[in-house]
Amino acid sequence: MELSLFPRDLFAELDRLQRQVQRAFEFSPSIRGFARGGFPALNVASTPQSVEIYAFAPGLEPTSIEVQLERGVLSMAGERKPALPGERERTTVHVNERFAGRFHRVVTLSDDLDPNEVRAAYREGVLHVSIKRLESAQPRRITVN
Amino acid sequence: MNEQTAVSRADDQATLEQPALLPPVDVIEDDSGITLYADLPGVPKDKLSVQADGETLIIDGEMALEMPKDLEATHVEVNLPRYRRVFSLSKELDPGKLSAELKQGVLKLRIQKAERARPRRIEVTG
Repeated sequence: MELSLFPRDLFAELDRLQRQVQRAFEFSPSIRGFARGGFPALNVASTPQSVEIYAFAPGLEPTSIEVQLERGVLSMAGERKPALPGERERTTVHVNERFAGRFHRVVTLSDDLDPNEVRAAYREGVLHVSIKRLESAQPRRITVN
Repeated sequence: MNEQTAVSRADDQATLEQPALLPPVDVIEDDSGITLYADLPGVPKDKLSVQADGETLIIDGEMALEMPKDLEATHVEVNLPRYRRVFSLSKELDPGKLSAELKQGVLKLRIQKAERARPRRIEVTG
């Protein structure tokens, strides 16, 4: 059983289990795997005009996040400093669940995206990358004569 | 931000029944108190509630993500728009001395220990 970045309540766990079962029956998963549970957690959604990626990566300096789009593959990298104190200080760490260190996540997107139309914004710990689809790939109505 | 104590029981119940993600936390104790960090990406200040009474600490936050219309999800790892986590507090902590700071989706909570262990008055009845 994979580890979840956000352990959830029972209903969410059931929901996740259901999705895992569904996934097991999918025929062609991506070569990079699903790699769920990595940091940052990712949501990907699309509209007819664009693809929207939400990376849940709290506590970063916006300028330190490296976002790259190359041939429909989006990669996000950066580093999150640990919040834990040094060993010399007189402290006790009771719980340590938060991610710390370098991260690098890659997601394969469709190949109809325009590399010149990428916007990335970091707000409230969520990196939102919005990529427009190529003009030529957008659906258009064809007139029938 | 200050703690919120005036919340009715009915509200609590309604909120507690909604499914929520359990945010990861770090809890560090030093001589003067406890520091708690919680990852709450997507939660703005006005959608975050931190409640502390004598015994429990409740962190509850709702995401507010900017989304274009006609959005169709293709890959979902964060599938609920809410985080909640409840901790029980021990007696030497003073919920009145609680400070909270939310920055880039990370909540930093600081709870001081009481100045000195206050003598408890034990009532004798009968």
